[in-house]
Amino acid sequence: MSEAMEMVKEARKTDRLSMSEIATDMIEDFIELHGDRLYKDDQAIIGGIGKINGLPVTVIGNEKGKDVKESMRRNFGSPHPEGYRKSLRLMKQAEKFNRPIVNFINTSGAYCGVEAEERGQGEAIAKNLFEMSNLNVPVLSIIMGEGGSGGALALALADEVWMMEYSIYSILSPEGFASILWKDAKRASEAADLMRLTSFDLKELGIVEKVIAEKNHHDEWIEKQLLMKQMKKEIYDKLINLRKMSKETLLEERYQRFRKF
Amino acid sequence: MRLFKKRPYISLQKTEAQNGPQVPDGMFEKCPNCQRPIYVKSLGKSRRCPNCHYTFRISAQERLAITIDAGTFNEWNSKVKTVNPLDFPDYENKITKTQAKTGLTEAVLTGEAQINGHKTAIGIMDSHFIMGSMGQAVGEKITRLFEKALEKELPVVLFTASGGARMQEGIFSLMQMAKTSAAIKRFSDKGLFYLTVLTDPTTGGVTASFAMEGDIILAEPGSLVGFAGKRVIEQTIKASLPDDFQLAETVMKNGFIDQIIEREKLKQVIASLIDMHSYSDEKEGERYE
Repeated sequence: MSEAMEMVKEARKTDRLSMSEIATDMIEDFIELHGDRLYKDDQAIIGGIGKINGLPVTVIGNEKGKDVKESMRRNFGSPHPEGYRKSLRLMKQAEKFNRPIVNFINTSGAYCGVEAEERGQGEAIAKNLFEMSNLNVPVLSIIMGEGGSGGALALALADEVWMMEYSIYSILSPEGFASILWKDAKRASEAADLMRLTSFDLKELGIVEKVIAEKNHHDEWIEKQLLMKQMKKEIYDKLINLRKMSKETLLEERYQRFRKF
Repeated sequence: MRLFKKRPYISLQKTEAQNGPQVPDGMFEKCPNCQRPIYVKSLGKSRRCPNCHYTFRISAQERLAITIDAGTFNEWNSKVKTVNPLDFPDYENKITKTQAKTGLTEAVLTGEAQINGHKTAIGIMDSHFIMGSMGQAVGEKITRLFEKALEKELPVVLFTASGGARMQEGIFSLMQMAKTSAAIKRFSDKGLFYLTVLTDPTTGGVTASFAMEGDIILAEPGSLVGFAGKRVIEQTIKASLPDDFQLAETVMKNGFIDQIIEREKLKQVIASLIDMHSYSDEKEGERYE
């Protein structure tokens, strides 16, 4: 197996730091806010408000679920259109109350199903991109595990995008990529190498600003509570810095961040 | 023994007559929608199936010819080059070959033209160019189309046709969705008019970005419009899908398309929509002076 494919396996593990754990242990006074006000509440996405070191923030993230039962309920972290519409509702609300937004992404992609199509999966993602490009509050997105295609990008049009060391971000799964280009999903490992989907590759390509280390100097996994403590400080510092910028500069820099690609 | 069971026979040469009636090549075409053969001449200039009204895919150049006033096209950004950001093997070669075959530099043609006398910025995607897939060059040309139209205060008419992301460009292809959407948002916030015409097929990352961001969204009859591919969905849900799934007509029923317009009427409808969005009080004043 290629090194990139090992990263893919690691990124997909269900015991990774999850949105539920962040909501409980990193965010102070987190209150979950449900529903898109149009159709239903998509449980593949958890959204709500809380505080980071006393600073009120809107927090949105994919939750894949820990066990089979929860994973079914959460559709394995793959949102339907109502998930994106819920996230947009919460982001517009954040804009109204001048709250920064932090998105935690972990999805293999937007759900590919009949109802998702009927309710406009494409439109929902497009709308998020359209509106997020101009939200006049700071937006920080962190890829926690899988960052799968448009379904991940729909929460990642941000001022900065960070990645956990063992996470991936790509146009498609390596399996899908191999089956489209070579009609052979078994060549996924080869595809993973070619796609440059690891955190370090994407940092080098300028797609993300920061890689958050998950292992210490002794090559041991950093314990989750400590990891969250470190992340919380970095997130807080970044949000405070972004808040100091004028709205015009913030929006212009966000525009240029994506304009260069 | 096998020797004695063998029946005696002689082989006959096949004659012309046995091959059935001789039809010259290219006289009939099969409709990709209703599968029936169509006499080529009955397709007409707008290339529409007389049975099911599906309109055949046409090239960007053909689309331009039936959409704008003759001789008014001024191409923009024809020199935007395709890059190979992931060093994907053989990609440059594929591009060169496709360029020679289609006469296009990339999967979208952009510029300025007049439609029934109305000045407009126009973009036309071509599915013959690597399935109209969106890579950096396509994203860049579309972004510049909106930026320049904003500067010149022109409306934008964009014909979409795409299988989605250009796989060979990987993550850079994904970034185009964000880049184009941000440009359209700026354009839109200035009160300018963006009209999308979805043509067969409009899918994937193009649907999930600029195709669905129009102020008004039109589509051609029988066009495939969706986000995920039919095959992917069938694999996910482990069941087969109805024939009308993701047809423009179904997508309109579901509320994501404003109107389906037959190809013959498209130019007139586009012109009239631009006209309705270029009304200004100043001009009205002039009219009454």
